[in-house]
Amino acid sequence: MITKEDVQHIAHLARIELTPEEEERFQHDLSAILQFVEQLNQVDTTGIEPMTGGTHLEQITRMDAQINTDLEHRSAGLIEATSEKRGQMVSVKSVFE
Amino acid sequence: MQLNQLTITDAAKGLRTGEFSSEELTNACLAAIQEQDHDIHAFLKISDRAADAAKEADRLFKDNPDAASPLTGIPLAMKDNILVEGEYCTAGSRMLENYIASYDATVIRKLKNQNAILLGKTNMDDSAMGSSTESSAFGPTKNPHDLTRVPGGSSGGSAAAVAAHMCLGALGSDTGGSIRQPASFCGIVGMKPTYGAVSRHGLIAMASSLDQIGPMAKTVADAELLFHAIKGQDGFDATVAGQDSFSDEPIPTKLRIGVPKEYFSDGLDQDIKDAITKILAACEQQGAELHEVSLPHSSYALPAYYIIVPSEVSSNLARLDGIRYGYHHEQSMTLFDVYAQSRARGFGPEIKRRIMLGTYALSAGYYDAYYTKAQQVRRLISKDFSDAFAKVDVLIGPTTPTPAFMCGEKKDDPLKMYLADIYTVAVNLAGLPGISIPAGFVMRGNAKLPVGLQLIAPRFHENQLFTVGKMIETLQP
Repeated sequence: MITKEDVQHIAHLARIELTPEEEERFQHDLSAILQFVEQLNQVDTTGIEPMTGGTHLEQITRMDAQINTDLEHRSAGLIEATSEKRGQMVSVKSVFE
Repeated sequence: MQLNQLTITDAAKGLRTGEFSSEELTNACLAAIQEQDHDIHAFLKISDRAADAAKEADRLFKDNPDAASPLTGIPLAMKDNILVEGEYCTAGSRMLENYIASYDATVIRKLKNQNAILLGKTNMDDSAMGSSTESSAFGPTKNPHDLTRVPGGSSGGSAAAVAAHMCLGALGSDTGGSIRQPASFCGIVGMKPTYGAVSRHGLIAMASSLDQIGPMAKTVADAELLFHAIKGQDGFDATVAGQDSFSDEPIPTKLRIGVPKEYFSDGLDQDIKDAITKILAACEQQGAELHEVSLPHSSYALPAYYIIVPSEVSSNLARLDGIRYGYHHEQSMTLFDVYAQSRARGFGPEIKRRIMLGTYALSAGYYDAYYTKAQQVRRLISKDFSDAFAKVDVLIGPTTPTPAFMCGEKKDDPLKMYLADIYTVAVNLAGLPGISIPAGFVMRGNAKLPVGLQLIAPRFHENQLFTVGKMIETLQP
């Protein structure tokens, strides 16, 4: 099933730092859940189209036009919600080392 | 009877005739909160605008009564994953402890337009992931029927608030049972609309192909009022269908009720089985036909759900990165550490578990084996329901396999917790509307615990849920 290295790899992809205790716990939990979902393999799904959404709607299109969804200039609120900012810009750690 | 104990329907009449004011009604709810919520902990935040909104509603009744709606002046509670502009919206998570919503969810805008009173925000499992409201970062909610038991979840705060008459009605959200299961545990009505009936704009997303906002209320008629107040297109959520999608067919004179045999098999508490069977027999006496039906892929609903939901969760919660949204770990030195360390501290254990499971299921080499497979099974589950609805009008079964369980009983065993939703998740996977209606009580020691009956209808046949639901309400033992 899931090894500790798998857990570390997944945690890296998911951008979640784990403690050694969490690594152990999630190795156990994820293995148990994967074993539980294993029963899906009992179902013959040959030729079954995957159901990818919650509706029966397909390929709804709209006019290729700009829509103003910024109701009453709410974008300022989005900047406000960020952790660090300078004026109207979001500040982050440097991307290149 | 105290004002806060009224149904929405009755309170609306009293407000209209001037028997009492919205201010008095709102104060009665606030007094009930003051008195009981120390023990129950249904609310995370009481709005300081409720009193002003009530006065405004009273003015409307006085100056322009024709403009009042059935929800004008009615105090309602909102699950804390629904955005109300200028108010905290935590989703029960440490991650969003300090997040203040920058706009109103569509459902909130609609309620505000009708001058409903937004009383406060209710407790929930961390990020709506859980079935007991125990995983809230701000402490658990207790079941008003027995404070040693859970109220269910994830909309446990909304359910407990309605059950304890701390509000007249509430909104919850339901991804796999999060409205119906707590409604069942708390002895109230909880309804999950058809996927695409209610806009998700302003609902903090969990699993986007399954999430729906829905009403929680004391009666089916109240749930119906709330549903009609919040449904409909808004131009923001492309999955929302227009009015013409909804059925207006009346209920046939000879109602055909399907009883899925898979929902009455192993694992169902005997007392609950007896309670539901009694109501089914009463339906038959009222002239309904009972038909045993089969939903052959029922047992695969939970495993499919626990691939699809974590996959969507891992993608949706990527935005909680410590920069755009969420807890920000000040001491991190690099961009990667900002992400990894903020998320490590902001997310509770179940969130981490699901994000990691989803990340795994969507990763190269596993995508087809897990995600595609689960989506194929989802199609088969959906087809089971269509096949059943070719023969019957509605389906009836229990909402949950057991009554409300003890606090702490399942907290550390995720698989055991998942089983609390065994009868509800398939309805979300198929996108159907479902409603949980009180169906009597079972005794556990000295505790009298509510039982919930789940009624399921075809897509956009909400009218059938309400009509049959009201009939079932009159058959209470």
